[in-house]
Amino acid sequence: MATKVMTFYGTSIGKKVVMAVTGFIVFGFVTVHMLGNLQVFSGPEKLNAYAHFLKSVPAFLWTFRGLILISAVLHILAATQLTLQSWSARPQGYAVQRYRETTYAARTVRWGGPIIGLFLVYHILHFTTGQVHPSFSDNVYNNVVTGFAVWWVSVFYIVAVAFVGLHLYHGVWSMFQTVGLNHPKWNVWPRVFAVAFSLAVFAGMVSVPIAALAGLVRPV
Amino acid sequence: MDFKLKVWRQRGAGDKGAFANYDAKDISPDTSFLEMLDIVNERLIAKGEEPFAFDHDCREGICGTCGCMVNGYAHGHQGGTTLCQFHMREFQDGETIWIEPFRAKAFPVIRDLVVDRGAFDKIVQAGGYISVRTGSAPDGNAVPVPKDDAERSMDAAACIGCGACVAACPNASAMLFTSGKIAQFARLPQGQPERIDRVRHMVAAMEQAGFGACTNHAECEAACPKELKLDCIAQMNRDLIKAALVK
Repeated sequence: MATKVMTFYGTSIGKKVVMAVTGFIVFGFVTVHMLGNLQVFSGPEKLNAYAHFLKSVPAFLWTFRGLILISAVLHILAATQLTLQSWSARPQGYAVQRYRETTYAARTVRWGGPIIGLFLVYHILHFTTGQVHPSFSDNVYNNVVTGFAVWWVSVFYIVAVAFVGLHLYHGVWSMFQTVGLNHPKWNVWPRVFAVAFSLAVFAGMVSVPIAALAGLVRPV
Repeated sequence: MDFKLKVWRQRGAGDKGAFANYDAKDISPDTSFLEMLDIVNERLIAKGEEPFAFDHDCREGICGTCGCMVNGYAHGHQGGTTLCQFHMREFQDGETIWIEPFRAKAFPVIRDLVVDRGAFDKIVQAGGYISVRTGSAPDGNAVPVPKDDAERSMDAAACIGCGACVAACPNASAMLFTSGKIAQFARLPQGQPERIDRVRHMVAAMEQAGFGACTNHAECEAACPKELKLDCIAQMNRDLIKAALVK
């Protein structure tokens, strides 16, 4: 066995495992974020109290933000390296190439990433720091409701969250395969899990802008 | 049946290459794809033109020598079949058929439809074997192997190394081939002593050959004439993670 072995991260599989682990962390955050958002339906006091609770201990807040930021940076770094490796692996493409198995989510996962990244910049300026919000205040509930009352902002959110859903669908399933959690007897379950969770995250996330547009939640 | 062929012609790795048009007239529906290519080539030779080169050997679907992209599918659209076992009755009369070599940086074109799959040999040389003499075939059940492990090893061992997985992969990744060569040993007692070294070396050889990275499209699984499964890839991933942890 004469081939020089590589570091774990040096292999594409190592980079994919980093993507799976960091993806899992961000996926966990997105799920909790979605559940937190749903508190908008419990009224301003509940949501504002929850928002206040999240920010009550700065050390915790910044630990979580740091963890998510590091995960996102590693995820993007590994994705970029893997994409460049794959692009260079077929310098000349096919005149005709047809697919049988791959999904829309799998084919768009690379482009969904940068789109979600740009959306996140807007999202943080909109709801976290408030620079692009028309009437930003300490009242998180009002920020949400008035922010989403602008129809094109809501449409943009819904489209972006649809990309998040597609990204999660392919990513969550891939996560199991990449770390080798796979067995012929239960291979169907990662797929079911991926569909159920990406749909749940999508539905939970878009319910807020839809409710704001429909006037079901109003500013106080 | 009559067909219009668009065949990739390329004199060598340094040549740019281009498609050439050929008519394939009066072809029996029961002609295999390679026989159809033979007929067209014989007619080219009779006209004094140069026939196109394509790889073939056993013509019974077991050697892994043949294969090219036919209308965008590795080994044609039938599924679970090598190109030599694929017949012209699978096409419509008068159809235009695009014939291209398997394309990947690691599979340079030698001529026309023939590519150099030596990168696969390098991967196998890196660890796709048992280093000690295991003797002749043991007596049945002398070495107990659970039925499920035996079946899954045999399924992985069905790989004929044709390269369709790389050709069909949108990333030109060789994960299915490499993992097949790893998975065929990973579940058998004889494969255990070198299991960790094997995965380390074979994955390194795969990466150094210039293949792409897997994004779980599963196009390899769909194109594989021997129907290897993504389970092989999961097995390889699991073993490489284990290798990283025991280091």
